[in-house]
Amino acid sequence: MIEKPLQLLDRKALERTITRIAHEILERNKGSENLCLIGIRTRGVHLANRIRNKIKDIESIELPLGILDITMYRDDIFKLKLPAVKKTDIPFDVNNMTIVLLDDVMHTGRTTRAAIDALMDMGRPRKIQLAVLVDRGSRELPIHPDYAGIKYNATPEEDILVKLKEVDNKDEVVVVRV
Amino acid sequence: MNWTKKDLLGITELSKDEITLILDTAESFKDISKREVKKVPTLRGKTVITLFYEPSTRTRVSFEIAAKRLSADTINVSSSTSSYVKGETLKDTAKNLESMQPDVIVIRHNMPGAPHMLSKIVNSSVINAGDGAHEHPTQALLDLFTMREKKGRLDGLKFVIIGDIAHSRVARSNIFALKHFDSEIVCCGPPTMIPPFIEDLGVKVEYDINRAVKNADVIMMLRIQKERGGVSYIPSINEYSTIYGLKQDQVKKAKKDVIIMHPGPMNRGVEITGEVADGPYSVILDQVENGVAVRMAVLFLLTGGEA
Repeated sequence: MIEKPLQLLDRKALERTITRIAHEILERNKGSENLCLIGIRTRGVHLANRIRNKIKDIESIELPLGILDITMYRDDIFKLKLPAVKKTDIPFDVNNMTIVLLDDVMHTGRTTRAAIDALMDMGRPRKIQLAVLVDRGSRELPIHPDYAGIKYNATPEEDILVKLKEVDNKDEVVVVRV
Repeated sequence: MNWTKKDLLGITELSKDEITLILDTAESFKDISKREVKKVPTLRGKTVITLFYEPSTRTRVSFEIAAKRLSADTINVSSSTSSYVKGETLKDTAKNLESMQPDVIVIRHNMPGAPHMLSKIVNSSVINAGDGAHEHPTQALLDLFTMREKKGRLDGLKFVIIGDIAHSRVARSNIFALKHFDSEIVCCGPPTMIPPFIEDLGVKVEYDINRAVKNADVIMMLRIQKERGGVSYIPSINEYSTIYGLKQDQVKKAKKDVIIMHPGPMNRGVEITGEVADGPYSVILDQVENGVAVRMAVLFLLTGGEA
């Protein structure tokens, strides 16, 4: 029998969560001065884009948006089967910026560590904050999100799938058994 | 597309997908060289030995910079300063170097097949950085990368390569690589420098440079391989330069957006005039710049991931 995956967020709930994160980012930073968004490939980029649109609706301002590929900074690169290196595209100077990093799921913290190292090699941002859609727990490094959409303590047998219509033709967050 | 090879010995053993994967990967690595911090930690803890039995400026420095920008440690061994001069065989040198656990050995040797032999006796990855007049795969890859960057494609081009084709490993590797794409390849040079039966590779031969360059998208000039006896195939350098040297007159016959390439080292005033080499169509220094990115990609693919 195929187990029905547990749905954590449906389309509407996902939309609301993103709206809330956008408001939180503006609230915490007291506006949008020197603020920029950088999405971690692949789904972090789409999330960053959505947050950017939300902030545009709220404050009528378009934040600079960057794309980060962390493959070259991974600590498990030789344990994986040839991870493809994709392009990092940050078309602005990160010096003195407040960067909000976007990722879909926060787990061990290793992706965030790699992303922070990558950003530090590009300059000296004033602040780096982390926004994730789902915090699934089980951290292996002392790194925590500044903005978390939802928290779900997943077991090692569970995997969190964030589906976004830009790549998956559907908006939802589900838990599946691995 | 998964990379599975341990070594890069020649273009002949690469598929079209593998060539494209290297070029695509190189795109991502190119940006690193433009940053203030020109280093990523990807190959931290890996060791790359460059073992050069022939002189080289560009290729050796390029490999070394590529490895260093990926945080690998590099050691250079040149034949003149190695135990080669004391009579040690390549095999013994290789076995001894391997005992120090390098992850990659980059080798240039005047004997065709030397890297292939090496790859059979060591566990490290072996990269051919030029073996005699046989192959120079990373040069062809950086040439293709540059063509793709400047032209936006590798199909539908007229690619003309002019000079000492017979002794050129660059010519051979480029021909093998471009054969995967739907482009026209024309070899041009004095008959003594065109190897017999080269048409069997699917290239056209043209002895008149003016006809060869007509409507060309890419012109690649080669130097006379003096170290392989190239000079004895022509009456004189002067005559060669007059008939086969690339001058403005020929550039005008090519397409308006032609690019002029040269793998280096150039002999200015012989196969190419200074005016053309430094002119607006020249991408010779772009080739050198791209060489680092392509070699970073090759080092990454050969050492990264589980086979």
